[in-house]
Amino acid sequence: MKLDRRSFVGSTAATAALLAAPAAIGQGRPRVVVIGGGAGGATAARYIARDSKGAIDVTLVEPTRTYYTCFFSNLYIGGFKEVADIGHTYGRLASAHGVNVVHDWAVGVDRAAKTVSLAGGATLSYDRLILSPGIDFVEGAVEGWDVGAQNAMPHAYKAGSQSELLRAQVRAMPEGGVYAMVAPPNPFRCPPGPYERICMVAHHLKAHNPTAKIIIADPKPKFSKMGLFQEGWADHYAGMIDWIGPEFGGDKVSVDPAGMTVTIDGEETGVDVCNVIPAMKAGRIAELAGVTDGNWAPVSAYDMSSKADPDVHVLGDAAQQGDMPKSGFSANSQAKVCANAVRGALTGSKVFPARYSNTCWSLISTENGVKVGASYEATDEKIAKTDGFISKTGETAELRKATYEESEGWYSGITADIFG
Amino acid sequence: MRKRRGRGSAGPERFGDRVRMVRFRLVLVLAAAIAVHAGPRPAESGDADAGRQAFDQCKACHEAGAGARHGIGPHLNGLFGRAAASHADFIYSGSFLRLRDDGHVWSAETLDAFLGNPDAVAPDSRMTFDGIADAGARADLIAFLQSIGDGTGMALLSGSAEDHGIDPAVLAIEGDPEYGAWLSGECTTCHRADGGDKGIPSILRWPVERFVIAMHDYRNKRREHPVMQMIAARLGNEEIAALAAYFANPAE
Ligand SMILES: Cc1cc2nc3c(=O)[nH]c(=O)nc-3n(C[C@H](O)[C@H](O)[C@H](O)COP(=O)(O)OP(=O)(O)OC[C@H]3O[C@@H](n4cnc5c(N)ncnc54)[C@H](O)[C@@H]3O)c2cc1C
Repeated sequence: MKLDRRSFVGSTAATAALLAAPAAIGQGRPRVVVIGGGAGGATAARYIARDSKGAIDVTLVEPTRTYYTCFFSNLYIGGFKEVADIGHTYGRLASAHGVNVVHDWAVGVDRAAKTVSLAGGATLSYDRLILSPGIDFVEGAVEGWDVGAQNAMPHAYKAGSQSELLRAQVRAMPEGGVYAMVAPPNPFRCPPGPYERICMVAHHLKAHNPTAKIIIADPKPKFSKMGLFQEGWADHYAGMIDWIGPEFGGDKVSVDPAGMTVTIDGEETGVDVCNVIPAMKAGRIAELAGVTDGNWAPVSAYDMSSKADPDVHVLGDAAQQGDMPKSGFSANSQAKVCANAVRGALTGSKVFPARYSNTCWSLISTENGVKVGASYEATDEKIAKTDGFISKTGETAELRKATYEESEGWYSGITADIFG
Repeated sequence: MRKRRGRGSAGPERFGDRVRMVRFRLVLVLAAAIAVHAGPRPAESGDADAGRQAFDQCKACHEAGAGARHGIGPHLNGLFGRAAASHADFIYSGSFLRLRDDGHVWSAETLDAFLGNPDAVAPDSRMTFDGIADAGARADLIAFLQSIGDGTGMALLSGSAEDHGIDPAVLAIEGDPEYGAWLSGECTTCHRADGGDKGIPSILRWPVERFVIAMHDYRNKRREHPVMQMIAARLGNEEIAALAAYFANPAE
């Protein structure tokens, strides 16, 4: 069950079949098109379709038939999950909520005509468009790396085949081998993600390859949950992990995918695995739709509508909204605010004031979970943080275990909330 | 995905009150230790006094004794000889309704099997309870449950705090379920809308007052949990009432 972006492009037969039906029954109903069936897009499609009870025609465009969550993909790399555990399909969105799921790529948006064109050739009209395409990588962000090198040096920052590849590479490391990570600059998807991944790789290596080494080249002097991760590295993976911040040249990195070397501040090292997580930007379709300013798409904090076009909403990682981290939890939270606003605009249903929250759990070692979270409010300027909390260093094993179990509960809760 | 749950504790306190949870676990460990020293015992010879202690973990959801009412779970007066899911005035999960349809009747034996492995007997119920592995501890609890009888001869055991200190006017607020439905979106990212309780307890079909008290306790920081305290901190009285009204009788 590997993901292959290209194999889904032009799945025209399925697309045509799906498109024919809604056109007939959808006459006169307001139309919402959602691009991207991930944490933000699938939640928005589900909530709009469910709560409008058929009054709005909702079409979700998503190329993959199985969505692999990035959340918990690190646990998969660490051996705590199998790939099937993080795969989700769109059957319930269609059958229980009447969402038209079209497996195709959106390749263009004409905001004047209010249409979306698909790789398979079809054109969809919308009254409201919701973009939740996740991220793409900034070209040339890491010297020597481009997407063409992602098999030699995987990012595993879009889950699926990339996660499988990285896990296989870690498992195939020679005894005493070296795993290198090139960490991304802010802002990026899942601020604790790279560091949780280090824990998961270290967890595997400690059991199977204890003399192996991990190096992280990081352009940031500080990172999310830093104290908690550093405590975890010292307690569980002592001597294995070498984090190189900008003070020691972690921001001056180039890689050679053919020679499998990493050069940090002029010093070249041969490595066995190189996990390059480049700088990120909004998924390309946001740029094609003309709603980005720089790398991201600025939105209103009140309803996630684009600052460039009130009939287009941008959710999740692609949005530039203020203080919320780019997480699945955030995307899900934003999607509900957007769904409520879109429904109100199209059917006159009651619109409630926006409220947002987020919590991110990370696994440090077996049954050793930590979390960070915050609540937010909408202001004229941005989504602004109002309150927050973080796990503490030195917590009891009992509490860490409960936090881990909570993260399992959260995963089951949010995936049910997204895919229904 | 494999089911992974904590061991030994139950009820919303498992999520909400770590300190109390640790204490529950100690009680259980203690009960287990005593049981081991006494050697294995058949169900009939359980120690009802020890079982009374263990009932503390059930109390968060189940009342028993004089005047017991349904809470998050049904009251446990007159349990023995009763068919599963047979209180007409309590809304059961599908899991217990299926048990009833299978002709399941509560006895010392069927309770022992259920308490030993609740997930095997009633899979995917709303009960936040992982079972009691120790047979002696189960026998004690069963002996206590038997001693309840129809409840009239026993003082009320209830997890609803009498001294919650919440203004009766606040408790009397009639919540708007439509507003609650909107607010519930913030809850269902973690608490499953279908009542699943893996790692995070179910909040479906709680008695309104219990729900309101719990949320006020989080807001006033009388109840521990950083996420819940943060969520509750910005909920007003009307909003708490709206959520309680919605979750008492949720859509879908
Ligand atoms: C290693 C890792 C760990 C993480 N852990 C957590 C965690 O524990 N908790 C948490 O909350 N978050 C976590 N995240 C972050 C989370 O995965 C993202 O923030 C979240 O998925 C963002 O949702 P989204 O809807 O913006 O994008 P996505 O979920 O990425 O969805 C975007 C979708 O759009 C589709 N798409 C893209 N372009 C097009 C197009 N042109 N046409 C049609 N479809 C298109 C893609 O196929 C994709 O399915 C983690 C991320 C990573 C990488």
